[in-house]
Amino acid sequence: MNQFSKTVAIVGAAESDEIGNVPHKSPLAHHAEAANNALADAGLKLSDVDGLFSAGYSTLTVAEYMGLKPKYTDSTQVGGSSFVIYVAHAIAAINAGYCDVALVTHGEVGRSARERGGGWPGGGQPGPQFESPYGIIGPPISYGMACSNYMSRYGEDRTRQALSEIAVSTRKWAQLNPKAYMRDPMSFDDYHNSRWIAWPFHLLDCCLVTDAGGAIVITRADRARDLPKEPVYVLGAAEHHDHSMISQMPDLTVTPAHVSGPRAMEMAGVGFNDIDLTMIYDSFTYTVLATLESLGYCKPGEGPDFVANQRTAPGGEFALNTSGGGLSYTHSGMYGMFLLVEAVRQLRGECGDRNVNPKIALVNGTGGVLSSTGTTILAVD
Amino acid sequence: MTSQSYNKPLPVPQPEWDFYWEKAKAHELWIMRCDDCNKSYFYPRALCPECFGRNTRWVQSSGKGTLLGFAIAHRAPTPAFADMVPFVTCIVELEDGARFPSNLVVDGEPDPAKIKVGMAVEAIFDDVTDAITLPKFKPA
Repeated sequence: MNQFSKTVAIVGAAESDEIGNVPHKSPLAHHAEAANNALADAGLKLSDVDGLFSAGYSTLTVAEYMGLKPKYTDSTQVGGSSFVIYVAHAIAAINAGYCDVALVTHGEVGRSARERGGGWPGGGQPGPQFESPYGIIGPPISYGMACSNYMSRYGEDRTRQALSEIAVSTRKWAQLNPKAYMRDPMSFDDYHNSRWIAWPFHLLDCCLVTDAGGAIVITRADRARDLPKEPVYVLGAAEHHDHSMISQMPDLTVTPAHVSGPRAMEMAGVGFNDIDLTMIYDSFTYTVLATLESLGYCKPGEGPDFVANQRTAPGGEFALNTSGGGLSYTHSGMYGMFLLVEAVRQLRGECGDRNVNPKIALVNGTGGVLSSTGTTILAVD
Repeated sequence: MTSQSYNKPLPVPQPEWDFYWEKAKAHELWIMRCDDCNKSYFYPRALCPECFGRNTRWVQSSGKGTLLGFAIAHRAPTPAFADMVPFVTCIVELEDGARFPSNLVVDGEPDPAKIKVGMAVEAIFDDVTDAITLPKFKPA
């Protein structure tokens, strides 16, 4: 037996209300009913659940349907064995303190979908059903609707100024990165004169679309010390998601980083003054603005002051997205990988002219439509 | 507009949502309400996303609400929307609290100086095909 044997137990199990031939229910209703029944069997409530494990649909979709906002999430898709594999993943998550109550759900309508069509996944999902018919498709429109809410709350002109500051400062970093896709100088006029993609976003508010791959390798700290490069230790890491569709985002100005950030920093035992480099997923300029506030670098509505006067540009007080970011360096679709690559290189001192010689870096990835975040604190000795 | 000429994404009505689309076709906006926590919500779900309660039911919405957020699509999100740009997507907060994703239909070119978060809006119904009606909104 190893130290994790018999450390967790299954305390509830159930099916959805009706199984067999159930033409009147959606796959998501089966997920939710089964979860409701299994929790009753366990003597627990949904509010006790902090970890969600689910295959077929992303946990984003399943959690949103149930109204669950998990602090640990696993959408591993490896076919019918996924649910059995989640038991192993739950052992790891619970023992690491990432969650206390893991909910594993399943729901499919294999029989009804055959007759009805569109049952899974396609038209059966809420997004294609209730947002896509209106053209609420793709990130610029969804993030734009969130940004308009921020503008109305905290002022359109100062928000616009903040977005331009972020676009221009990020391009300055890209000019120091030989691998960056967009290295031409960008002026504030260039920003304001760039065409509209989806108001409130100009073209230069939006990330690039490039082709790229990335990878990282992680091993035990004791083994890392025997390998050739300086180890970049993971001091803390946490995650959160609170919606799938933009219309369901609880507060359009607050990203899930408001949970993942403090949790990661608490695990790492670091404060904002300890962080030398911040890498924030910049799918849009607005993503950076909202994320800085959500992480807690500044208060809600103070982001425009935080990034004013090119404070985040090379030579500025606050080192942010030193690769040139998704806005100017590269963005292949799911950019989070490149936040980690840059942070590792910066911490090792491999970034040449743009190196800011950090000891501790904060990395924050955002996914979906401001739906999910992962925050990681990395450090060198 | 006929089904033959309408080329934009259409919902594929699902068991859980047949009722909603049937009512939309009758030019009525229906959302869901939970009798356990007295919250209204949209999109429709069998179990309440606020309290996970099971005592949920359909209720008709007044169709009145305010604009919570909007974007003006200048680049078509897919080629099918090319004939519509620029157009306004929005999230409406209905007066009973439910969130509704939709389009704001305005006269002429959408102007961000005139469209404001918080403005009053009301539902209209666009019969985009013989089978599907999309609830949309206009300034109230």
